[in-house]
Amino acid sequence: MTEAILRVEGLCAGYDGIPVISDIDLQVMPGEIVAVVGANGAGKTTLLRTIAGLNRPLSGIVSFSGTPISHLKAHRVLKLGISCVPEGRRLFGKLSVEKNLTLGAYTVESPAEVRRRLDEVMAVFPVLRERANQTAETLSGGEQQMLALARGLMSRPKLLMLDEMSLGLMPTAVEKMMETVTAVNRAGTTVLLVEQMVQEALEIAHRGYVIQNGRIVQSGTSAELLESEEVRKAYLGM
Amino acid sequence: METFAQVVLDGLLSGMVYALVAAGLCLIWGVMDVINFAHGEYLMIAMYVSYWLGFLANIDPVVSVIAAGVFIFIIGALTYLLIIRYTVGKPPLAALLATFGLAMFLKNLCLNRFSPNFLILSDTWLGGKTFQLGGLIFPAPQLAAAALALIVVGLVYLLINSTRFGWAVQATAMDREAAELMGIDTERIYILIFGIGGACVGIAGGIMPSYLAVHPEVGSLFGLIAFVCVAMGGFGSIPGAFLAGLLVGVAEALAGFYIAPVFKYIAVFGLYLAVVFLRPKGIFGW
Repeated sequence: MTEAILRVEGLCAGYDGIPVISDIDLQVMPGEIVAVVGANGAGKTTLLRTIAGLNRPLSGIVSFSGTPISHLKAHRVLKLGISCVPEGRRLFGKLSVEKNLTLGAYTVESPAEVRRRLDEVMAVFPVLRERANQTAETLSGGEQQMLALARGLMSRPKLLMLDEMSLGLMPTAVEKMMETVTAVNRAGTTVLLVEQMVQEALEIAHRGYVIQNGRIVQSGTSAELLESEEVRKAYLGM
Repeated sequence: METFAQVVLDGLLSGMVYALVAAGLCLIWGVMDVINFAHGEYLMIAMYVSYWLGFLANIDPVVSVIAAGVFIFIIGALTYLLIIRYTVGKPPLAALLATFGLAMFLKNLCLNRFSPNFLILSDTWLGGKTFQLGGLIFPAPQLAAAALALIVVGLVYLLINSTRFGWAVQATAMDREAAELMGIDTERIYILIFGIGGACVGIAGGIMPSYLAVHPEVGSLFGLIAFVCVAMGGFGSIPGAFLAGLLVGVAEALAGFYIAPVFKYIAVFGLYLAVVFLRPKGIFGW
């Protein structure tokens, strides 16, 4: 059996000592797209922030390819190969698109290598090449999300975590983002996706977890979850 | 007319030094949202470093300026590590009061160790020298200080705007968590920025004993003027602080010469009030 790229065991985390998520068990295998779905306020973002190192867990273990990482700061977690595209994009608004992307590869020492990666992501997202010298804040919502994703890819992560990509985007833009994520995954990046848009997320994911009030209440393959009575009732309005 | 040009020149020369002191304060404020109340005291310490090196080891301020810059870089970094670090995430007043306390500590330490007397370094390389150009008189020490200030502010500006490190600094200033997610060690950025901000004022203070007496109160006025420059230029904007430094220098010189020397700072703070009244965010503020 292959080893999980990300393993979360008995994780409790929250703010000011008050837990928001409890007893979370979750695994991501290499090459997968895994979706964590649930309503607003269920604790999805807290889960990603804790994995990314922005929050300290209250208890439990997070390990990446077998290495425990829950005590590491966020910049160390990125160096190990986990890139997190945060909720609300969190672009550097006053900096140009190109500088935003360059910062995505901050840990890469060689300027030539950074250049190469810039060319590569700009080939995937041509709109970013067109707008390379504009400041990030002048982009449209969809373009900003593209930039956030592209910036997250500049470090060539082994695991890409995406938090609420669809937030504030038009349905066509959401569809485009989901297609892009599938393409990124096919190119070899493992993806952990957190989404309120349950249907869209499960359609591209291999497996999913349903989180409710800070606990995982259901898990399975995407097909299983999309078929499940509870999921259909609670999240798909059927 | 010639007198007017001379007064403006004197104002510009001291303005450039103000600009350098302000640039350091501005950098720390812009990146960390911390007003370093001990900034003027950093200047005073740098002046003492330069003075004692001159007095005890016969090293000219032109050389000691490097030691002063390095020393205050270290003091700045230590200020972050030992004090400011513990105020991050607390109400903004915490950092302000902490640096105020540090200012009091440093000032009284120097009072206690070095007495309140004015200490003047004699026989410096530049002291008392002047040269003329097109009818204007350039005092050598002030000219050297201004030139050095111009170079250092320019270098800091380039560092922040044209290097990857500088972009990381800007990213950290805009959104610390997002910067962490890029793999930027923001703690390290904070230490370095406090150090670089300190080095700016350290270099300014290091050269000053060529033409200015050292005493424990000398930093207070400079600290206040630096604060005025930063607020006038727009918090966090180095070009703004630079321009404001020049404005303050010229306003001070003109008022001091044409009205009365006691009127100098009335003009400076009047100008400050006028600017923040018309443009509350400062000249280059966003």
